[in-house]
Amino acid sequence: MPTAYLPVLIFLMVATAFGIGALVIGELFRIKRPYRDKLMPYESGNAPVGEPRIRFSVKFYIIAMLFVVFDVEAVFLYPWALVFDRIGLYAFVEMIIFIIILLVGYIYAWKKEAFVWD
Amino acid sequence: MTGLFEAIVGPGSLDYIINLVIMLIIILLKIAAVVAVALLHVAYATYFERKVIGHMQLRLGPREVGPLGLFQPFADGVKLFFKEDIIPADADKPLFYLAPVIFFISALTSLSVLPFFDGFAVANINIGLLFLFAMSSLGAYGIVLSGWSSNSKYAFLGGLRSASQVISYEIAMGLSLVGVMMMAGSLNLSDIVRAQQHYPLGLFAVPQFLGFFVFVVAAFAETNRLPFDLPEAESELVAGYFTEYSGFRFALFFLGEYTGMLIMSAIASLCFLGGWGLPSFVTAGLPVVAAKVLGLFWFLAKVYAFMFFYYWVRATLPRYRYDQLMAIGWKLLIPLALANIVITGLVKIWIKGMV
Amino acid sequence: MLPKLFFGYFAFAIIVLSLLVITRRNPVHSVMWMLLLFFQIASMYLFLNAEFIAAIQVIVYAGAILVLFLFVVLLLNLREELLTNRFISAWPVGLVFAGAIFAGAVSAVAAFVPNFSGQYTVDVINRETHTKALGQALYTDFLFPFEIASLILLIAIIGAIVLAKKRMRS
Repeated sequence: MPTAYLPVLIFLMVATAFGIGALVIGELFRIKRPYRDKLMPYESGNAPVGEPRIRFSVKFYIIAMLFVVFDVEAVFLYPWALVFDRIGLYAFVEMIIFIIILLVGYIYAWKKEAFVWD
Repeated sequence: MTGLFEAIVGPGSLDYIINLVIMLIIILLKIAAVVAVALLHVAYATYFERKVIGHMQLRLGPREVGPLGLFQPFADGVKLFFKEDIIPADADKPLFYLAPVIFFISALTSLSVLPFFDGFAVANINIGLLFLFAMSSLGAYGIVLSGWSSNSKYAFLGGLRSASQVISYEIAMGLSLVGVMMMAGSLNLSDIVRAQQHYPLGLFAVPQFLGFFVFVVAAFAETNRLPFDLPEAESELVAGYFTEYSGFRFALFFLGEYTGMLIMSAIASLCFLGGWGLPSFVTAGLPVVAAKVLGLFWFLAKVYAFMFFYYWVRATLPRYRYDQLMAIGWKLLIPLALANIVITGLVKIWIKGMV
Repeated sequence: MLPKLFFGYFAFAIIVLSLLVITRRNPVHSVMWMLLLFFQIASMYLFLNAEFIAAIQVIVYAGAILVLFLFVVLLLNLREELLTNRFISAWPVGLVFAGAIFAGAVSAVAAFVPNFSGQYTVDVINRETHTKALGQALYTDFLFPFEIASLILLIAIIGAIVLAKKRMRS
């Protein structure tokens, strides 16, 4: 049983209760005078034009995809860092090979201007 | 009744239950202390920031509410609490309600694994550092969802930009701490602090200066602070993802952002600056309690120094453009962090070979 | 008894949340239920003494992959999406596949031999911490799969960029 994690769970509950509780209690005291113009989304004083959820640049997907890949790479490094002392040179060579293979992809992404934002 | 307990939780249950209740009460007291102190610190962090930046710009900062303006944070809090809560028409209500709460919870829950002094952390878990990464990656949801659910162009674009920024710098931050993990051989934050005492000056910031540099830059970007505060670049995106938020929901974003800064300062202090670890000649003659209290203040002093650095940078540097921001994250910090890992590995092997 | 209760809770919560994920009309709400689902799965890993896997479940699945999903889903036209049918017309085929996978899982569980413990027992893992035990195994015994993983990641990078560039040109 992961008893060490019990405080984390309780902390999560306290934080949730605090966040939601403050909003709910505040609801009782707040004034509420909505009207149409007040509820309009802000668009520099004009009435909003067109659909707000516009199609955005494909760049954001490339970033999200690359993020997934490099996040997984980083995740492989964490246990490696902890056992590095024990395994030594062997672990080092392994990780160098791993990083070099990924560097190929990184350089490819760089050359294809995945990191250039215009 | 006892029989029912025994059936559910096994034999010898009553003592077990009593122990459990006592344990729960202790945990709750610890949490209450940490949350109360942290939120008070967050409130005064805003005051501190306004004062520091005010004086740097030859202004006085807040001084009207209370002596020296010391009650300003409470005045702000009360004002935000009673303000009208405007929910834009066509907003996705459940997500609009939820987004600031997610943002706030992810920041606040990170506090649960921080060791404030020797032997005190609400939860002393083996994977403390990974828990902090996990919570900071959750913050991105609060940002994207608030932007999307507001049904406003500025908020949507701000949310997307901010989320991309946060995830880009998360890799650099994770990689920058791998060097620390290698040197400490643990992900437990208390162990990391203890490991530093065996190194010169009792800090990892010296041997890990490259990792520390990457971490500091990533920490600024992760918390959306200047010079990386593009999501809320007023001249382009009004207020970014929380453009449509008002009243206490806005306050939750605000609290979340400052708690995030506090967390980042605490990570910097624990992983690079030695945390609560005092040199042994200081603690040698002291009673245990005094040494711990001194450790707590030593830790807080470093946290505040880092917070001050946040404000100093804000008052000094201009904002980067978005393309520059992405280039720094992907083209500079990630290679630097990887180089740091390789160098750390090489040096460790070299030292081992000498011995 | 208590571990069984917890397992029962997680099993129930995971099934209910999965159903919520696939039945929501609004894809963004689906993603949010999935986030909660990932947290339940992570907690379940914690109960299996696999804290590193639990952390990875949150960092990689909830923090990275689901963010990617969210980015993709944000592109969908929500107004159209809310009017379409909840399921595609070929849902019986999906049901057959799901049933087959379920049968496979049941037979696999039946073949599982309990009380068998290898080198890494719960005691060893608790003493060494899960992350170190995992690193020890991964970087000595499972070296080859680990290097293969880097190739898979490389393919993912190249694939993502090639696909995205195609889109940008058209």
